[in-house]
Amino acid sequence: MGAYLIRRLFYGLITVLGVLLLLFVLFFAVTDPDDIARKAMGERARPEVYALWKKNHGYDRPLLFNRAHAAGDTRRYTDTLLFDHYRRMLTFDFGNSDADDSPIARRLKEGMGPSLSLTVPLFAFGLVLGVLLALFVAFFRETYIDRAVLVLCMLTMSIAGLLYIISGQYLIGMLLKWFPISGFAFEPYLASRFLALPVLVGVVSGIGADVRLYRTIFVEESNRDYVRTARAKGCGEVRVMLAHVLRNALIPILSNVVITIPFLFTGALLLESFFGIPGLGSLTVEAIQGNDFSTLRTMVYLGALLFIAGQILTDISYALADPRVRLT
Amino acid sequence: MKANSLGSLSNIFVVLLLAGGVWLARIVARDRYWRENASQLWQRRPLALIALALFLLIGLLDSVGWVGGGTPGEDDVAALRSRTLIDRLFQPERFTEASYSAPLATHGFYGGQPLKHPGKHLLGTDILGRDVIYRAFKGVRVALLIGGFTSLIVIPIALVFGVFAGYFGKRIDDAVFFLMTVLASVPSLLLLIALVMVMGRGTLQVCVALGITGWVHFCRIARGETLKLREAEFVDAARALGVSDLTIIRRHVLPNIAHLIIITFALSFTGLVLAETILSYLGIGLDGSWGQMIDQARNELSRTPIIWWNLAGASVALFTLILAVNMIADALRDIIDPRTRREGQ
Repeated sequence: MGAYLIRRLFYGLITVLGVLLLLFVLFFAVTDPDDIARKAMGERARPEVYALWKKNHGYDRPLLFNRAHAAGDTRRYTDTLLFDHYRRMLTFDFGNSDADDSPIARRLKEGMGPSLSLTVPLFAFGLVLGVLLALFVAFFRETYIDRAVLVLCMLTMSIAGLLYIISGQYLIGMLLKWFPISGFAFEPYLASRFLALPVLVGVVSGIGADVRLYRTIFVEESNRDYVRTARAKGCGEVRVMLAHVLRNALIPILSNVVITIPFLFTGALLLESFFGIPGLGSLTVEAIQGNDFSTLRTMVYLGALLFIAGQILTDISYALADPRVRLT
Repeated sequence: MKANSLGSLSNIFVVLLLAGGVWLARIVARDRYWRENASQLWQRRPLALIALALFLLIGLLDSVGWVGGGTPGEDDVAALRSRTLIDRLFQPERFTEASYSAPLATHGFYGGQPLKHPGKHLLGTDILGRDVIYRAFKGVRVALLIGGFTSLIVIPIALVFGVFAGYFGKRIDDAVFFLMTVLASVPSLLLLIALVMVMGRGTLQVCVALGITGWVHFCRIARGETLKLREAEFVDAARALGVSDLTIIRRHVLPNIAHLIIITFALSFTGLVLAETILSYLGIGLDGSWGQMIDQARNELSRTPIIWWNLAGASVALFTLILAVNMIADALRDIIDPRTRREGQ
């Protein structure tokens, strides 16, 4: 187990280094620092202003080799954008925003709470509702109820996420006035009022694909031999579904779900931005619209880091739970 | 003369596409397996196929264009622009109003002056007076470009990487697998946004960004399936007979992963088109896409009296295309994929 763990962690680390290289190529080699400076300071500033801005934001050094230092000096390799990029990202020193010079770490800390208060209920409601609905459909498999729900899922899957948000805000927020259209508060009761509509919209827009996937898993599971045995010993259909099929199907369902948990931290891009929730999704949207490359870079890195961590955790829990996974 | 060269490029592309279509149809007609699958698909989803064919037709009509033959009295710049068949059908230079007009209205939405073309705008006009049906039709080509054209370029590249990695293994596999792991580690929407931000806006850039993010998906499937096929007995037999590796890949591996690639293509098509709507909202989408129409129309619902036709035109077009492709993909999976075939029984 120890050897497997070390090897898995090592591969994870290599992947992180690869992601950082990708980010370096994208944000430093392909993007011209002059471009970033021009976008931050406006088109018509003097060259000295651009040079100063680049110096203050650390964009003024060479990419790979610093020829200002002597050949034997290690600073020839460390005083460069590449080395600095790796050092800062690996030590979580994200620096300041390119757009307004605020520390990125502080804004990440501020945005985490609102993001989680949206994504956690969204995730929980979506999962429970999806599993229950899929179980219901699988119970009535190959009947008209099954067909109708499947067609309904297909219809909901074909609507763009943008439209769910626009129509949700219009119907429930404007016409029915059940919940506020957008906004956020830190006080729990008010927050729940504000979050009800985005959670509802998010659950509805995502449920179609989930129900279809879970139904397939349930139906597959209910064709297994042990289900026939359970029926043969006299279990009712309801007991078969709840006690046998559901419990066994939860393993593949959870393995599909666990991998999405890290993304709860990065928030929901569209939902947060439309509903005015000051989370990490809104932060990303602002970074895109304000040409804030350093914040965007950090968000992409964090997203990848969380994904890799989630994958390592999934693999390790598999290795612990399933004796068929070889630990060599 | 950039617009002109782009226009003729588009014409050449249409010819290539039609030739490819004929070639594909001949393969389908010759091979019994594909012929039966195609007829089954037609029996199961006739409406979706007809809808998709209509979209393709509009997209093709909007790709064939030439310069000249414009309306008299237009300015010099417009006279030099290449106009497609759809443009010639709608005559957008003349077929406009001053601003909003409701569907089939005879008078303007604000002010109430008589319209230039009363009762002719089936779905009304947008804020600049452009016909909504015309704009929705123009969006067809953009959507097909996003979903189809991107995949057409990406699939061959992904196949080469995936099949070679799976077939030859060792160092090649390690390198390709690492590349796939790195690209798959970055959440696809964030990677897409980062790519577009870095490369800048524009049709080609967005298509390349969509291609880079979509590439991994095809590559993973090709690699996984080739790994399985490499151990198959018929591949062993071919190798024992002295058939070269490239011939084995061409004759034994590729035909056996074709069905998976088709299904993945259909599934990724909808994903790409829907992803573009998000890009449009973020302001980095493609010009003239339905996503942009929706984004521009999203605040019109809160006007009184409500302006719904802009949003409706783009949404219905988008929804119909995605639904048709989703239904075809679903049926294809049932028909072709042996793993789901037994499930229905």
